[in-house]
Amino acid sequence: MASNLVSIQRRGFGQTMRKDTWWVAPLLTFIGLGSFVLYSTWAAFQGAHYWVPGTGYLSPFYSPELFGNSPHALFGPQPSWIPSWLPFSPALLILWAPGGFRFTCYYYRGAYYKAMWADPIACAVGEPRKGYRGENWFPLILQNIHRYFLYLAIFFLFFLAYDAWSAMWFQAADGTWRFGVGVGTLVLTANVFCLGFYTLSCHSLRHLVGGVYDVLSNKPIRKKAYGCVSSLNKRHMLFAWISLFVVGFSDIYVRLVSMGIWTDYRII
Amino acid sequence: MTQATFSIRRGGRETAELVDYRTDVTEGMVVLDAVHQIQAESAPDLACRWNCKAGKCGSCSAEINGMPKLMCMTRLDTIPLDEPVTIEPMRAFPPVKDLITDVSWNYEVKKRIKKFKPRKPDAEDGTWRMMQEDVDRVQEFRKCIECFLCQDVCHVLRDHEKHAEFIGPRFLVYTAALEMHPLDVENRTQDLKDAHGIGYCNITKCCTKVCPEHITITDNAIIPLKERVVDEHYDPIGKLVKLFRKR
Repeated sequence: MASNLVSIQRRGFGQTMRKDTWWVAPLLTFIGLGSFVLYSTWAAFQGAHYWVPGTGYLSPFYSPELFGNSPHALFGPQPSWIPSWLPFSPALLILWAPGGFRFTCYYYRGAYYKAMWADPIACAVGEPRKGYRGENWFPLILQNIHRYFLYLAIFFLFFLAYDAWSAMWFQAADGTWRFGVGVGTLVLTANVFCLGFYTLSCHSLRHLVGGVYDVLSNKPIRKKAYGCVSSLNKRHMLFAWISLFVVGFSDIYVRLVSMGIWTDYRII
Repeated sequence: MTQATFSIRRGGRETAELVDYRTDVTEGMVVLDAVHQIQAESAPDLACRWNCKAGKCGSCSAEINGMPKLMCMTRLDTIPLDEPVTIEPMRAFPPVKDLITDVSWNYEVKKRIKKFKPRKPDAEDGTWRMMQEDVDRVQEFRKCIECFLCQDVCHVLRDHEKHAEFIGPRFLVYTAALEMHPLDVENRTQDLKDAHGIGYCNITKCCTKVCPEHITITDNAIIPLKERVVDEHYDPIGKLVKLFRKR
């Protein structure tokens, strides 16, 4: 079939008849995503300054802290079965899960295929490569496991919500823990809300809660859930960027307060 | 009176060039008006497909300043006129003459998609009952005017020429309209994965951007279909859960 098609003359990389500033959006995406990946990788390998003594603050990059030296560690310090020659940081044990959720996210896929891989760099602009296999073969076929990362991301939300609650407790001079609100509390609470909106607006979740069915009128709860997720899903891109910025800022905030560079002002 | 220059592709299947035409521009004109004016004034042999002039027939698809658009819906006051406005035919299809392309490949693709297969009638008189809220979801897809701008901008067809392996956004929307229809009982997921090549779509959303009917092609049609393919082929845990539920 398609034998009547004549060969289309390919345009070289970046060649286009477009006269608008088509390169701005992929450039901003490249800078935004690239900066986040570089910073989060650096922060994950640090293994220090991810919590603030005397407060309940814990960086979201390190939550849940499975093993570690902070009081937030669920199962104590670094276990002996982790080889000592391996670089250890509590973030390295868990960051693959939210990272995988973002990497396989339908929005981010489209964004980084354009900005990082130029496939295409922008609509109706020439590409650098002739060959193309899409998401049909390894490794990109693994993008199809996005829903498993979604399950993990929902699980992580509970820990982050608990962290926001923990961030409302501060140690007094007499050693007791008292309720309070600091700027860090607001940052970590905003973080869980932003990540919540991003996670709950996921395309896979939209499918799983109702999209899988052709008839929803006889399933009132699913219909309601599908309607809610669909309305959030319309702003998935916005939530993706806001949550990316806020989660990165949360780590920066906790890190700088922990290092004594920033002062955490108490509101209550 | 303001004048503007239009660089229009002139030529046949093998060779073509951009030819400059100057013409008067008045308030409210669209690109198709300018093309008709050029035909009347200086290029009576300029080939251009058009019909309704209202954005509903999908005939006058072209690439205006490099972006796939309907000529009849692109107002001249939305594009800069201080430099030549380029008008070219769609790149994803073979050129025939000037602005006309051979889009017959699309009609062949449509024949390959499994047809609507309704469940048994709900009533004895052979009729069905369905709720409007269930049909709402596929109603959006029926707005498609088959202008093939989405096919044109899709890099899988445009740059990689996967016409034999990928049906393109237009026909993924068509498949979604059938697959998500509350009465339809046909299963097209195997075809979507293999014959229709849904895995080639890498979600760049260019199709959604150029759709003159503002159909949310990627989010409402392609991604839900991709998820259905995942249900069937890439979700072993989900399959197990379904198996236990059936028992």
